[in-house]
Amino acid sequence: MENLLWILLSAMVVNNFTLALFLGLCPFMGVSARVGTALRMGMANVFVLTITSLCAWFLNSFVLPHAPYLRLISFIVVIASLVQIVEMVIKKVSPTLFRQLGIFLPLITTNCAILGLAIFQTNRGYDLLEGLFFALGAGLGLTLALVLMASIRETTELADVPDLAKGTALVLIVAGSLSLAFMGFAGLLST
Amino acid sequence: MSDDRTSQGPPTFPPRPEVSATRLVATLGLAGASAGLVLVVVFQATQPAIRRNKQAALDAAIAVVLNDPARVDTLYVRDGALSAEPPPDGKAPDRVWSGFDDDGRPVGFALVAGEPGFQDVVRLIFGYDPTSRTVLGMKVLESKETPGLGDKIEKDAAWVALFEGAEAPLVPVKAGGGTGDPREVDTITGATISSKAVIRIINHELERIGPLLERHRRGAGTADADAPEREETP
Amino acid sequence: MRETTPREDLVRGIWRENPVLIQMLGLCPALAVTNTVANSLAMGIATFFVLCGSSVLVSLLKKAIPHEVRISTYILIIATFVTVADMTLEAVVPTIHKALGAFIALIVVNCMILGRQEAFASKRPVSRALIDAVGTGLGFTIALFLMGAVREILGSGTFLGASLFGPRFEPWVVFVLPAGGFLTLGFLLLGLSWWERRKRDRAEAA
Repeated sequence: MENLLWILLSAMVVNNFTLALFLGLCPFMGVSARVGTALRMGMANVFVLTITSLCAWFLNSFVLPHAPYLRLISFIVVIASLVQIVEMVIKKVSPTLFRQLGIFLPLITTNCAILGLAIFQTNRGYDLLEGLFFALGAGLGLTLALVLMASIRETTELADVPDLAKGTALVLIVAGSLSLAFMGFAGLLST
Repeated sequence: MSDDRTSQGPPTFPPRPEVSATRLVATLGLAGASAGLVLVVVFQATQPAIRRNKQAALDAAIAVVLNDPARVDTLYVRDGALSAEPPPDGKAPDRVWSGFDDDGRPVGFALVAGEPGFQDVVRLIFGYDPTSRTVLGMKVLESKETPGLGDKIEKDAAWVALFEGAEAPLVPVKAGGGTGDPREVDTITGATISSKAVIRIINHELERIGPLLERHRRGAGTADADAPEREETP
Repeated sequence: MRETTPREDLVRGIWRENPVLIQMLGLCPALAVTNTVANSLAMGIATFFVLCGSSVLVSLLKKAIPHEVRISTYILIIATFVTVADMTLEAVVPTIHKALGAFIALIVVNCMILGRQEAFASKRPVSRALIDAVGTGLGFTIALFLMGAVREILGSGTFLGASLFGPRFEPWVVFVLPAGGFLTLGFLLLGLSWWERRKRDRAEAA
């Protein structure tokens, strides 16, 4: 249990996917202008990451021991296909949920956080449960980073920012400060 | 595999009349098959070198922590005892390495262990002599500790040298605050958590596997006669 | 699409439409592995290889790939090249492979590569696709090199491992930390837009 908690918190804050590992930067830059959107994007990420973790575990346990060289290709193919199928199911079952989350799903599929999760999970040899906690932590961490970033951006919109810095440069510098702040979480569980 | 992939392309309707579904599936199937073929060839070509590299890195690390042994045997942990045979089902077998000097006398065991440090998991290898219960050497294999502070556990040669000859179980003490006890290892100022983590990792691994090593050393060759029930506590 | 000369194709990706500094594509590797110059160059070269290989192959096969499954096929092609690069690096330079870690595999999802296939290689003859890939790949490598140089020089006081300032230099550790990646790119972009504006102002004044 202690191990699972460590995996969750490590992926969420100490080694935050966006702020420490630079995974999932596209949504971080692109969809972080409004808090509401950022939150929904984050939730969609939690959802896809969990599916990814299951897929990666299945492939690692049953397919890849026989053909390790297909790792990358099979991850991409299987994850992309499954997310597409899930998207269709959601669309049928709950149009409301689809409007909330669904539009983000195709964006997320080719996001490096997804493939990154599958690869990290494999490299660290996580089992099913560890993988799920890892995915949950990673997803919550992405959500946290997105929402924080969106809140800051909503504020800086009204602030007197030099023209030169407006846009990506400002987002990057704010992200740098957030990343520094998140370093404070290191050592959280090892004392 | 090709079947999975048809759903992945851009929306296929309204269908372009000139392209049949068979053609789409065939294209992807062919692409997948050729990709697989290329990868098998490259895999076969690079695998020996990759294995050699990994083995060389491991051998080098073992040589560091066991002070250049003349011979190294790989042993597997099976049913609470050490055995030269790998467990039949073991995907990632629990391994230890036993080193011997020029005269064939056992030097000690090399053990690999990992646990959370300050930033992320720290993985290290260390040498241990179960007869004198001393650590022979330590080398960090993998860590993401803070550059300039926590990474001293890897880069500060003077600190790494403290482990040579330290007696188990190790006791962390503040630098300069020791009493001369051979079990004491100084922590690093500014990297207390990282350095304590290294000490903790070694202690935990020895708690787990130390008794096994001692039993193996005492009954060298007759390890199988020792029933696993007779587990000792340190 | 306006016809371009081969020269324009080559130069465009290097500077005016630099994938990292101007188009903001492929940010993940540009930030993640640029804490030393050696890592930056290795990542740049690996990406360069994947980009050139994929562009040539996509351009060669553009008539054979049906429109409906083109993205899937491109990804398949890119993933194959990446796996080849991954295994080759692991076999030839294991230390660099270890330092880059999972980020080699993540070249697959570098949007810059897929972008070049979709926007250029799938519509042009092989030679032009290669020229474009070389330009874009060089631009990417240069951007990574810039990031790596700034971060290694300030963060470790070294360049390609060689000490620059002697033992008295206190390195700005923050630059080799993840935060330093964001800050370095942020300030590089600030510098670029300042430079662009100055150029524009001068042109207007003249």
